[in-house]
Amino acid sequence: MTDTLAAIDCDVHPTVPDMTALLPYLDDFWRATVVERGINSLETVTYPPNAPLTARPQWRDKNGRAATSAAELTAHVCDRWQAGIAILNCLYGVGLLFSEDMAFAFTRALNAWVAKEWLDRDPRLRASIVVPLQNTEYAVDEIERCAKDRRFVQILVLAMQETPLGRRHFWPIYAAAERHGLPLGIHAGSTYRHSITSLGWPSYYIEDYASHTQAFQSQLASLVCEGVFAKYPGLKVVLLESGVTWLPAFLWRFSKFWRGVRAEVPWVDRSPAEIVRDHVRLTIQPFDAPADPDRVEQAIDHLRSDAILLYASDFPHWQFDDDETMPAGIPPALRRKILVENPLATYDRLTL
Amino acid sequence: MAKHVVAAVADIPPGTRRLTQVNGRAIVVFNLGGEFFALNNRCPHRGGSLFHGKQTGLVESDGPGNYRYSRPGEIEYTKLGEIIRCPWHGWEFDIRTGQSWCDPKRVRVRQYAVSIEPGEALVQGPYVAESFPVSVENDYVVVEA
Amino acid sequence: MNIEVRQPVHGAKDSGKARVGIFDCDIHPKSSLEDLRPYLSNRWWDYLQTYGQRQRHGYVKGFPYPKSQPLASRRDSWPPGGGLPASDLDFMRQQHLDFYGIEWGIMNPLSPTGQGEQNDELSAAMAFAANEYQLEGWNRREPRLKASVVIPYENGEMSRAEIRKRTGDRRFAHVLFLSRTSELLGKRRYWPIFEAAVEAGFPIGVHVFGSSGRPMSNTGWPSFYIEEITEHSASLAASVTSLIVEGVFERHPELKIVLIEAGFAWIPSLGWRLDQNWKRMRDEVPHLRRAPSEYLREHFWVSTQPMEEAEEPDHVLDVMAWIGWDKILFASDYPHWDFDDPFVALPPSLSEERRNKIYSGNAKALYRLD
Repeated sequence: MTDTLAAIDCDVHPTVPDMTALLPYLDDFWRATVVERGINSLETVTYPPNAPLTARPQWRDKNGRAATSAAELTAHVCDRWQAGIAILNCLYGVGLLFSEDMAFAFTRALNAWVAKEWLDRDPRLRASIVVPLQNTEYAVDEIERCAKDRRFVQILVLAMQETPLGRRHFWPIYAAAERHGLPLGIHAGSTYRHSITSLGWPSYYIEDYASHTQAFQSQLASLVCEGVFAKYPGLKVVLLESGVTWLPAFLWRFSKFWRGVRAEVPWVDRSPAEIVRDHVRLTIQPFDAPADPDRVEQAIDHLRSDAILLYASDFPHWQFDDDETMPAGIPPALRRKILVENPLATYDRLTL
Repeated sequence: MAKHVVAAVADIPPGTRRLTQVNGRAIVVFNLGGEFFALNNRCPHRGGSLFHGKQTGLVESDGPGNYRYSRPGEIEYTKLGEIIRCPWHGWEFDIRTGQSWCDPKRVRVRQYAVSIEPGEALVQGPYVAESFPVSVENDYVVVEA
Repeated sequence: MNIEVRQPVHGAKDSGKARVGIFDCDIHPKSSLEDLRPYLSNRWWDYLQTYGQRQRHGYVKGFPYPKSQPLASRRDSWPPGGGLPASDLDFMRQQHLDFYGIEWGIMNPLSPTGQGEQNDELSAAMAFAANEYQLEGWNRREPRLKASVVIPYENGEMSRAEIRKRTGDRRFAHVLFLSRTSELLGKRRYWPIFEAAVEAGFPIGVHVFGSSGRPMSNTGWPSFYIEEITEHSASLAASVTSLIVEGVFERHPELKIVLIEAGFAWIPSLGWRLDQNWKRMRDEVPHLRRAPSEYLREHFWVSTQPMEEAEEPDHVLDVMAWIGWDKILFASDYPHWDFDDPFVALPPSLSEERRNKIYSGNAKALYRLD
């Protein structure tokens, strides 16, 4: 089947209409809670509903929304853009809640909704397990529950958390992920525990969206420095919707300092650049570069890895025009790797 | 390459080091518990003077958070005094072998052969010792460079 | 009997490499609180003795991310006659200024300056004192060393007042910020400072470190010193973005910003990302009349230190070309441990013309010393 597969889309987003969609998947108490407390929406300002980036105008329905059904999403992602498989990353804001128990209940409902309304409706769809990081035991619990369904191929967290992701209190989650062969998917976004830049709250949304690359850098540094890859050598990490071209400069700086400050983190036994190339993958949309094939090719060259990029459309986020799902300038020899081979190598559960 | 007398053994007590000039090259000589080692003084990274660096132990770990102080569960801190860290960017070099810890296969600092010779042997030659008065009663550190 | 070896070990025969006098944009002279005493009122001197400085982190001395070497300094920079690294001008001349042929150096004092101090008035008093002492204790004895205008940057009006005091004084090179401000640099509270700097004809130097009072990263507090130093560039990227997107350069077309000790390889990717999103969301920022990367290209300079070390050295050249050969300024960061030796820090394959621009020509043009 690998021969017939034209592409694996590693980052698409199902839209939750509102909390009523999750009611069938909540128990009596939580259902009553949602209704009686008027909890209508968990949409986040990471993607303001009407902002251009959130969805291309042509893809919005009469209510201004996009990606509201499996049929609609697969029409673009699978039929038009030829992805034989697409991985759903649901960004509904359950990660922002402070109550651990509420977050657990809503996250379970969310994953159940994805399975029923999306995975059950189209065999080409796969999904990430949204993980309630508010409580590590709950997170492991949810991973164990959803891992039984092999259409769940990854665990999903947002890039900005209360503490960096490498910290040891998160480790049981990585143990579970490694055990089940599930990569850790870190997606652009925030739980809004802190200002979205380390120097405060920006005035403009364009600045907000730029700030995610800073979080990805901090997360990579944390995962490496805390020794997550030393402790869990089988763990893979996928950076989703990160922008890509920030990575080489970050690795140069990080590796340079490591060579001299190594003794602070002695379990980091080789250059961070090597560790990242071994364990980390990045989805290709958005690809932060000018519309210049030479520049794109140079930027890819700086990554020093054929294995690191994974195809993704990021549907329905508006990252490209027309059907230019990949930027011009990607060397032809790399195309099939990005489209199919690298995703297959990254996601163990995409058994074919 | 020739053999150069760089110091009397008594000049470099155990645990100390000395900066010497041999053939226009700065070479640092270490005494590790009675064994002598000589390294090029210039750090292969950006040229810092290793003589001015910190002589320390080797920090290793068999896992995150395991700072074994020669005991399970702690950081392993061994080879005390056998690592020289460049005073600039902190790169670590094994004094015994010259190899770097951050990239042992590709980065090392050049090492020179060191021997201890009694004064009687030296006065016979052939050793480069014009600037170094030698007496037959003492032992001397000889570097081949 | 002892062989005398003169320090440092790579000497005169290397100095041919830098035929041009070097303009070092980042030197950290170390003054003490005692040095500042003559320029502080009794009130603030007594306050400092009793309550001390409080700079948005918890320690009286030292840092919650302890440095990898004492005072974050090169181990060979402690003056043989005693004192802290870079506190002894004669030793600084011997080890650095004369040794490398530094024609001009810019002092970016890091402490004691009161920058980031929680008390605005104390911060302003210490800024004044730090500036006076840079002149009296350093520049007067060594005119090669230009001063920075230290300002109490968390208070815009007090900063404006200090800049006005220094207007026209060519012993000062630029106005100094630390990068970890309590708000993004483009925010209105800092606008009086940009106005004053432009009025006075000073560029602004933003040097990494400081304490914002917020977590070190936008995803909370990392554990290690190596994370702190690696992530300064990410943090500064947010302020660079803010300065551009808030339209600070539309208000002040003559404003020039020098980014110091943040490395530089991250700059092109930031410009590309901003451009990409501005293309689709220009309606959010109608005050921007040009693409963000154009403001980036025109108004920002970068210092070389810590010099980027890519696995393939040519990649660093790619990045330098993308930034612009005229925007790159040599800096040593003397006496800190991540110091760049001017004789070996620049990529060896640079043409002589480009090397000289970086060593000197670009800085002389920016600081109007040509």
